[in-house]
Amino acid sequence: MLKYDLAVIGGGPAGLAAAISAYENGIRSIVVLERDVELGGILNQCIHNGFGLHRFGEELTGPQYAERFISKLSETSARVLLGTMVIGLNSDRYITCVNKYDGVFTIQAKAVILAMGCRERNRGPIGLPGDRGSGIFSAGSAQRYMNIDGYLVGRRAVILGSGDIGLIMARRMTLEGAKVLAVAELMPHSNGLNRNIVQCLDDFGIPLYLSHTVTDIFGKNRLDKVVISQVDDRLKPIPGTEKEFDCDTLLLSVGLIPENELTRTAEIPIDFRTNGAVVYDDMQTESEGIFACGNVLHVHDLVDFVSSESEKAGKKAAEYITGGCVSIHKAATIDIKNGNGVVYTVPQKVVIGGPEKSLEVFFRVREKSEKSIVEVSSGNRIISSFKREFLAPGEMERIVIPRKLLENINESIAISVKSGGTV
Amino acid sequence: MYDVAIIGAGICGASVAYYLSQKKLKICVIEKETDVSMGTTKANSAIIHAGYDPKPGTIMARLNVRGSAMIKELAPKLSVPYKQIGSLVLAFDERDLDTINLLYNRGIQNGVVGMKILSSRETLEIEPNIRTDVKGSLWAPSAAIISPWELCIAMCEVAAENGCDFLLENEVTKIKSEPSFFEITTTERKLQAKYIVNAAGIYSDRICSMAGSCDFSILPSKGQYYLLDKNQGDIVRHILFQCPTELGKGVLVSPTTAGNLIIGPNAESNNHPEDLSTTRYGLDYVAVTAAKTTDKINLRENVRSFSGLRANSNRDDFIIEPALFSQRFINVAGIKSPGLSSAPAIAEVALDLLEKGGLAMPQKEDYKNSRKHIVFNELTDEQKNKLIKENPSFGNIICRCNTVTEGEILQALHSPLPPKTIDGVKRRAGTGMGRCQGGFCSPRVHEIISRELNIPFEKVEQDRKGSYIVSEKF
Amino acid sequence: MKEFICTVCPRGCRLKVDEKKLTVTGNGCIRGIEYGKNEAVNPKRILTSTVSIEGGLHRRLPVRTDIAIPKSMLFDCMAVIHGCKTKSPVIAGQVLIENIAGSGANLIASRNM
Repeated sequence: MLKYDLAVIGGGPAGLAAAISAYENGIRSIVVLERDVELGGILNQCIHNGFGLHRFGEELTGPQYAERFISKLSETSARVLLGTMVIGLNSDRYITCVNKYDGVFTIQAKAVILAMGCRERNRGPIGLPGDRGSGIFSAGSAQRYMNIDGYLVGRRAVILGSGDIGLIMARRMTLEGAKVLAVAELMPHSNGLNRNIVQCLDDFGIPLYLSHTVTDIFGKNRLDKVVISQVDDRLKPIPGTEKEFDCDTLLLSVGLIPENELTRTAEIPIDFRTNGAVVYDDMQTESEGIFACGNVLHVHDLVDFVSSESEKAGKKAAEYITGGCVSIHKAATIDIKNGNGVVYTVPQKVVIGGPEKSLEVFFRVREKSEKSIVEVSSGNRIISSFKREFLAPGEMERIVIPRKLLENINESIAISVKSGGTV
Repeated sequence: MYDVAIIGAGICGASVAYYLSQKKLKICVIEKETDVSMGTTKANSAIIHAGYDPKPGTIMARLNVRGSAMIKELAPKLSVPYKQIGSLVLAFDERDLDTINLLYNRGIQNGVVGMKILSSRETLEIEPNIRTDVKGSLWAPSAAIISPWELCIAMCEVAAENGCDFLLENEVTKIKSEPSFFEITTTERKLQAKYIVNAAGIYSDRICSMAGSCDFSILPSKGQYYLLDKNQGDIVRHILFQCPTELGKGVLVSPTTAGNLIIGPNAESNNHPEDLSTTRYGLDYVAVTAAKTTDKINLRENVRSFSGLRANSNRDDFIIEPALFSQRFINVAGIKSPGLSSAPAIAEVALDLLEKGGLAMPQKEDYKNSRKHIVFNELTDEQKNKLIKENPSFGNIICRCNTVTEGEILQALHSPLPPKTIDGVKRRAGTGMGRCQGGFCSPRVHEIISRELNIPFEKVEQDRKGSYIVSEKF
Repeated sequence: MKEFICTVCPRGCRLKVDEKKLTVTGNGCIRGIEYGKNEAVNPKRILTSTVSIEGGLHRRLPVRTDIAIPKSMLFDCMAVIHGCKTKSPVIAGQVLIENIAGSGANLIASRNM
């Protein structure tokens, strides 16, 4: 059995930032467990620009962004195990791994950081009907085929879902000579960044059909036709609105799901709204010494936010280790509830009298609104409020609450949106 | 000149090939698809029925009970996932209670052992997540779940090792009946065989008509299914059937051998033989009907919906008999449910008919009837370490959802009947069967197939001929 | 008159730009004016793609233009990129093609390989 102070599961953007931050906060015995043959995670196939605007004030590509962290990690004492899959985890922080060189082996760590990322939702959960030939890809799989392996997945494509990966792939396929016929989005608004709507669709004249979904798929061997229909306000297809597209490819960009199978193995409570672990404001889960960050915790829009969240997890894990592994959760904690218009918050729990001067809360709103007020309340008492010019479900929001406002609070607090009007 | 040509590599053709290959005979299996088990065999309920359902006196009644006992012995020998978890037919009203009594009596007549009528309380005790207004149930402990395509593949692999030729991607287009043999033309070649076993599933009437007159017709009936994630797999512990009513047969809810939950099928008669599409209407019916058994199922955890075709015929029973025109042409047709459960017993009957038709079949001195098959996930840590030391590819996890290693993919690709498609590997190694449905592992499996079988990357296909994955190389 | 969605902030104002007079309407804030003018007169984009690499971990090396190029030149640059082949090792930032297609930008490697 190997022993480390800190084990980081996953060497993507979250794991990299967490490991570096733990090192910078004094931890020397660190192992990073990565299942792929290289570090960097999904950033390696995200060859487009737009990463790092917040963090570095530059427009980097995915590989460039990853490279900065990979080279920084290589200057630390952290040990990186590539091609290593974690197949077991328990709440005592025993990790079972397997790789080609060492076989099956166990690691015990004083603290563990979960940074496994997420996977794409596929055809099954969205119940797409029709024939079952080839040519239907999740956008990320098609992206890997194109950007890592160097193969075009098809000549004529329809994309379902206007999430960023789908939009990015629309441009990528077009630049490589394929024809993207349409992007269909179930909701009346796009989930992608405006910048991607403009630079990936508008630049190439690719139509975006809002309030539309795929209602039939033809092609017994390879896809040859996709039918999309408009949906009503209950998201049900409206008969008579069908549009047919002769195409050989359908890309699905219909959401990401945090990969928490290991988290479940360790019996760590999961928040069904984020599909990630329930965490305290120190990024620690309900299982002592196990922290979580990045897309395994909740799906982020921008990698910049993944990095900063993960740095916090790394720092807090370091404090936990150097503090003699005493959990601060033994102190009184309160819950953060989703108030009106709020879909989820991270963290879900707060330690009263935590060491920080302020409490940072990330959340997502249910609908678009303008000139709104984000309110933090406890019972009938409003603790704090924040003005927001514009709120949208596709944009993760952040508020910072001064700790001293939380003194003397002993029931839960709620975060809610008072809208100035929907858009 | 072959002694026997078996047309169709589904579970029936595979069973016949498995037993015939142990005899001193030159045999082949002719299959139009890229792999074996590509028709009804890969898309059904994956159940070994106890045998109380068929009417006493039918061929189905006789072969179901015998077949399910044979499969119980075959499965471990062939390293095929099989679990005898037993089945319950649930009764929710007085009429249902009459039905389960009727089924019980049928079962007794058919020779099903161990059945019991359970009370409401007894039923809920062993199956706590079903609707609590259940009135009682028929318990049949001999019912089991199985991986049907793995049973088919395993039997074909053994047959191939025993010298049976597999002519895949050979669609039979013509059969000429000569006085002492048949000349078979396929899309790829011509061959002769003294005997033919027609196990062509939903196409068996067409195959029979090619050689002479055919006295049955196949009426494919489509059934749609949901396959749910493993986190739904333990909602129920047994195979749960509903009582058939005039409104329909009801749908089943059952765990699968891989730990998923399967619900379905509906029934759509007179279906086109190539139509395997799923529809909102069909799947909604399955969902609504399954909810009558349990309301605990979360359909958002659906990993895959699919359709299968039952080879129903215009007769009420299996058709296992010589064709009207020749004792050397044996029809194995109309093999609807319980076809999978009966398959090895169907093969016994077919062999018997071949013998009666004049085929001498002495046993080979040296033959195989079992296979070894490594499933990494089922090994102890000690066994895993030993294996990885001998062959490091077993330390390389390719499919994350189901923990499938490169070693298991190589095992499939270098088996006696190697697959050459992504789904062929999936059926043998389990890659891409999990919740991500190959999102992560498909490109990697793709690369391994291309490397190991020396197929250009862009030529590797998903499943059926023409199901290409990438259109071109940059 | 040209119409654009402003990408300066998440709000996504629908800008109307008069190309001759260079006046912008529909903007919610002052930053939209600058954006609208640039999009109307000389829209520029960073181009990212991959090139063939020999002896690398993967078959393709990710590349980008070091600065934004005129939007109208995207496909001219892609044609050049399609013919570009390189050999491992390559260092992130290494210039693979200078002044690609006369755009004024260099094509550089996005990562080490």
